[in-house]
Amino acid sequence: MPKINTFPLGGIHIAKEKLTALSPIMDAGVPEYVYIPIKQHIGSPAKILVNKGDKVKIGTLLADADGICSADIHSSVAGEVVAIEPTEGADGYYENMITIKTAPDEYEPDIDTRTEIIRDIPEREVIIHKILHSGIVGLGGAGFPTPIKINIPQNKKVKCLIINGIECEPYLTADERLMAEKAEEIIIGAKILNKALGIQNAIIALDQNKPEVIEIMEKISKVYVGVNVKICATKYPQGGEKQLIKAITGKEVPSGKLPMDVGCIVQNAATAFAVYEAVQKNKPLYERIITISGDECRHPANYRVRIGTPAEYLIEKSGGISPQVTQIIYGGPMMGASIVNIKAPVNKLIGGILLLSDQKAQKLPMGNCIRCGKCADSCPMGLQPYLIGKFVQNNLIEATKSCYAMDCIECGCCAYVCPSSIPLLDYCKIAKAELKRKN
Amino acid sequence: MSELIYTNIFVLDGVALTAAVILYFVSKKFKSKSNPKVEQIEQCLPQVNCGACGKVGCHDFATACSKSTEEEFSKLYCPVGGLTVMNKIATLLGYEEQNKKEKRIAVLRCNGSCENAPAQKIYDGIFSCQIAATVSSSPNGCPDGCLHLGDCVRACPFQAIQIDEKTSLPVINPDKCTACGVCVRTCPRQLFEIRPINKKGEQVYVACRNRQKGAIARKNCKVACIGCQKCSTINSTIKVKDNLSYIPTTLSAEKYGKELSEICPTKAIVYRKITNIKEDADA
Repeated sequence: MPKINTFPLGGIHIAKEKLTALSPIMDAGVPEYVYIPIKQHIGSPAKILVNKGDKVKIGTLLADADGICSADIHSSVAGEVVAIEPTEGADGYYENMITIKTAPDEYEPDIDTRTEIIRDIPEREVIIHKILHSGIVGLGGAGFPTPIKINIPQNKKVKCLIINGIECEPYLTADERLMAEKAEEIIIGAKILNKALGIQNAIIALDQNKPEVIEIMEKISKVYVGVNVKICATKYPQGGEKQLIKAITGKEVPSGKLPMDVGCIVQNAATAFAVYEAVQKNKPLYERIITISGDECRHPANYRVRIGTPAEYLIEKSGGISPQVTQIIYGGPMMGASIVNIKAPVNKLIGGILLLSDQKAQKLPMGNCIRCGKCADSCPMGLQPYLIGKFVQNNLIEATKSCYAMDCIECGCCAYVCPSSIPLLDYCKIAKAELKRKN
Repeated sequence: MSELIYTNIFVLDGVALTAAVILYFVSKKFKSKSNPKVEQIEQCLPQVNCGACGKVGCHDFATACSKSTEEEFSKLYCPVGGLTVMNKIATLLGYEEQNKKEKRIAVLRCNGSCENAPAQKIYDGIFSCQIAATVSSSPNGCPDGCLHLGDCVRACPFQAIQIDEKTSLPVINPDKCTACGVCVRTCPRQLFEIRPINKKGEQVYVACRNRQKGAIARKNCKVACIGCQKCSTINSTIKVKDNLSYIPTTLSAEKYGKELSEICPTKAIVYRKITNIKEDADA
């Protein structure tokens, strides 16, 4: 029995509900129109390069990274640009999107569409150039542009690359299926990242509840030098960057610092796959795996989806909306957001679309804090969410700074365990947003 | 046994007595000299610590008054207490009385009532505008409109704001409103603005904050500003920026109000006459 790693502080055990763990990835196809947002990452929106009426192919550069913290946006379909205007997003706010009317698939000439695995890794300069121009961002959900992450400053030293294969959110199985089906590609992706970082070893962190993936990964990783598989406990939020580093290396990322300060880089498994595709197949990031699930979803499945596909199209494909559906969630049930507009497109950061019934998505009326301390017990960062909540309620945003509200990872454990159903996560989010705005 | 009790009493009394003597001399020696005027001024002030004057609270304002020269004093003003309070302070300090200021109240720059902007979605989350604004745009689809959840009602220190049952919009009671500006800071959509009322009780303002293009704004709300620029033809000080018109506070409501409200095709410009305002003593 291998050693099982976990983080020591807080965390909760929640129902896994992995309905689609065994359903293979299917191609979602191409909708009639795709809407590609020009901001799908942290940082400044990309600069639009195309005009209305332009013909585009799959992989055509639509918008160029503007500034240091930004990412390229590529076309996910072949067709014609019909509009570039603010369009209603998932949360009802309008954002700039490029609308493309689709035509039969046509790829940019240098994209390699063959299925065989390419194992020869090119030179470091080539890797960095290709990652920079393929619009890769962290696919775990935060959307931090990968080129910045692998560009290590001179005074810092990275010793360890962790490939995050832990999908601790309930329902979501996109990464799990990807790892089961494209295990070797992910490991090659990890080796490519290794070369870009100038280090030799990579750790693939896996969840205890994925026996199939563990078996495949352990078998393949024996062939590649420096790749190790480590198994972590099934606990939420084991997949959080800081929790994972603590579990694997035993080091704690100091408050306000980055993982590279303790010599670690964490990349999502899907990001490693995107890196493989970008470097070995010249394929920019224009599609991702999305789980459609939920207790009211008629046909839960994992789809390979073009970026910009409206959620409506995917929901229609998996059986439509039944009358019992009361909430549709983008992302996982713990960290995702309830959406108001099902015509909104999926972007690079969405790992799942969930259709939940009233029973699952119910909200109880908010009560008073009974000072049970459950939120503080469950917080994986060791914060005191009730205190942050009280400060925000009384509009004392400055005071939340001394509670280290900025260290909140927005995992939602506090709100989940609260017996009075106080929206502690919302308060933490407000505190973070206000503190960021003031600085 | 009784011996023990006596010893205890003697020891404890002794300690208490010594401490009292020490404390007495210490308090004499290190007595802080507080300005008696600050206390007097503070008693005149409304004591709600709203921060409308720009100071931290009433005590801070009183300190600022007591330290000010005559010229500095003319710039200080307590909008809550009004001229009555300022005159009292002026006599205390021996300065000249301040001039009468225009009555100002907060106005809500949104008219997205249940009728004008019907709800298309249901929000069943926490009853707080601040949270609702981070989660989604608005049940009626307007990303800049009123969320009807009443953060302003709870924030107002004078109970001047109430949610109207019919329109579900907050209504400001002009009698109670002191233009302290707490609602301006509270509203996550910045819908409130402090605007003057002229002598006849007239006001004119654009009751909309939507910056979307006209067609999109109109789809969700009947009374949205569509940025048609018609109002700017009447007076050149009215500027239309980002599909949204803004009427400066200095524009005379008496002169242009009626004309503006008539020319606006969506009736986003509100011209109203507040009659029977309970004027404070400074009228």
